[in-house]
Amino acid sequence: MQATSRSFKDNAHQALNDEQLRRALDNMKEGFIAKRAKAAAKLPEFDALRDQARDIKDHTLENLDAYLELYAEKVESVGGTVHWCPTADDARKAVVDICQAVGAKTVTKGKSMIAEELALNEHLEANGLIPIETDLGEYIIQLRNEPPSHIIAPAIHLNKEQVASDFRAAHVDLPADRQLEEPQQLVGEARAVLRQKYLDADVGITGANFLIAETGTSIIVTNEGNGDLTQSLPKVHIVVASIEKIVPSLEDASAILRVLARSATGQEFSTYTTFSTGPKRSDDPDGPEQYHVILLDNGRSRMLGSEFQDMLRCIRCGACMNHCPVYHSVGGHAYGWVYPGPMGAVLTPSLIGVDEAGHLPNASTFCGRCEAVCPMRIPLPKMMRHWREQEFQKHLSPTAVRLGLGAWTFVARRPSLYHFTTGLKARVLSMIAGKRGRLAKVPLASGWTSHRDLPAPEGRTFMDLWAKQRRTAQRPGQETV
Amino acid sequence: MSETAPKVGESGPRVALFVTCLVDFFRPTVGFAAIKLLEQAGCTVEVPSAQTCCGQPAYNSGDRADTLAIARQVIATFEEYDYVVVPSGSCAGMLRKHYPTLFKDDPALGPRAAALGARTYELISFLVDILKVEQIDGAFRGVVTYHDSCSGLRELKVKEQPRALLRSLTGLRLTELQEPEVCCGFGGTFCVKYPEISNQMVETKAEDIENSGADLLLAGDVGCLLNMAGKLKRRGAKTQTRHVAEVLAGMTDGPAIGESRE
Repeated sequence: MQATSRSFKDNAHQALNDEQLRRALDNMKEGFIAKRAKAAAKLPEFDALRDQARDIKDHTLENLDAYLELYAEKVESVGGTVHWCPTADDARKAVVDICQAVGAKTVTKGKSMIAEELALNEHLEANGLIPIETDLGEYIIQLRNEPPSHIIAPAIHLNKEQVASDFRAAHVDLPADRQLEEPQQLVGEARAVLRQKYLDADVGITGANFLIAETGTSIIVTNEGNGDLTQSLPKVHIVVASIEKIVPSLEDASAILRVLARSATGQEFSTYTTFSTGPKRSDDPDGPEQYHVILLDNGRSRMLGSEFQDMLRCIRCGACMNHCPVYHSVGGHAYGWVYPGPMGAVLTPSLIGVDEAGHLPNASTFCGRCEAVCPMRIPLPKMMRHWREQEFQKHLSPTAVRLGLGAWTFVARRPSLYHFTTGLKARVLSMIAGKRGRLAKVPLASGWTSHRDLPAPEGRTFMDLWAKQRRTAQRPGQETV
Repeated sequence: MSETAPKVGESGPRVALFVTCLVDFFRPTVGFAAIKLLEQAGCTVEVPSAQTCCGQPAYNSGDRADTLAIARQVIATFEEYDYVVVPSGSCAGMLRKHYPTLFKDDPALGPRAAALGARTYELISFLVDILKVEQIDGAFRGVVTYHDSCSGLRELKVKEQPRALLRSLTGLRLTELQEPEVCCGFGGTFCVKYPEISNQMVETKAEDIENSGADLLLAGDVGCLLNMAGKLKRRGAKTQTRHVAEVLAGMTDGPAIGESRE
């Protein structure tokens, strides 16, 4: 997908002026936050589990090469094939080759952020294949030809009226006078339309929430059951997953699963947690004849050993964006690439470059709410700051900012000069504000004053007043101030 | 690190007040309120004259060299005191949490930064957690609400301390916001780098404040207070805005933040 992260400010401007989007974002806030808080409060060992989950991933990342090899061996030993893909191009080619080798026409897809990272749908279409998204949210945005705006709730930016109108436009064979006001009716219609597509598909593509090294198993968690139908009905099942999805054992995956759904949707567990190990065995009643794993690096191995390694612990629960006031303000599309919110602000520059995505780690107040809820205890603000440091070092930050900072530091390192200049400025500003006590316009500060007043300084600075008080107190015969 | 209550002898602990650049420039009353509260609790308060700013503007803009230079200056200025007390969660967090990390690989400054950090406190949490102040003899007539500034809340666990002291004032009624822990959109340089997003955030915050029915909004950080007061005034709201120390110290005779001086 073509990144528009460079135009983050323009994207944000549009989003902030989109009334419909504002309503949709207001709705999402309530649900996710309250549900997560309730689920976390109900589990006394929740924080201990977060520590355990972090430690599991840290251990895995420290030994990633060994676990990847073990995983690949296990997949091959049960009859599956692992495709090692250093780049997105390699991964796209591998998927198309598999599809073409079986003469596929249609491909069903479960929800996968890696598929978004690969812009897989566009690529499949360009090669004459028809991709069909089966997750309800993904199905809706596919009809609208939009990217997801959230990593677990891809159509969160829409409301049900928009979905009804999309369905009417797409499902022209259905009676025009049918009822589509209730979410249940929309779900029912999507389910009916998709049912035949599952049966017709030649290839099913899913992502993976975990890859288990000791067994060669891939795990997906879903709430709709669409993933199961996608991966078990077609002749071929392709798993697209990135290398950091590995965990050593089933037990490790179980530990992390206990924090995943709670952090994501506030569920104790998602409705479906599905384990796939290799293709159909001779005595299995069903299952795919071929089982492929596309193992994608796409820049992740570069993050190992860097200040961004902790980001590879991310399990894509979405809690950071659900709690982010910037995400609540602008929504997911403004971030301009696959991954929005705080996790995107750290991951996107890693994957597409900080020169492309430099706005994202800057568009944060460092309020720290993301880190406070991250089940994997990823220090997101700290890593956003690392990106800012890289931008500063590479001279990517705006010249005005650099000059301003330079001048400010020069003065801040000289206390006498600092107190003299601030004392002067405070008095001038206070005088201009006069009796009103605030300023509606200040030169060079329109970023502030176009939206709010600037409260005026009280008059003299504290240091000024304090020095005067000390002088008075020390004067002989004038002990009291 | 000393977490125990100091012995309040004749002179009490020697506390350096880190005024912060925003209090110094915009709201000196907060500095005097802090001194009053600390002295009432038995401290000897000094204000080192070589202080300027904690370095957050540089730090959060990715300018590490300048951050380190300023941090060195702060460490040298403040390390001789028993405690450093700051009427701001964000600047206290900078000294307490971030300086030790910044110098962790520096054999000379690392231990000094860590020692200073361990003795640095946000004002209200210092009064409650360290000096064990449980109540303030004073009064304030009105309904107030308290916004939890992000760094104080999440880096320093300042949450109940200001509420406990506020409740001890005669006549004061505390009412909570719907979302007291959500960022107001100030974020230091954020509010000028991304003014439209900052505006959306402070607009949401102002609605919450107005809906709370409080006469007075309090918080522990002047940055957030300037942002929220500026928005409330622009919206024509009746709610006034002050730093929590002003109310606790009974220094509310002057105009509130951004109020007219009639």
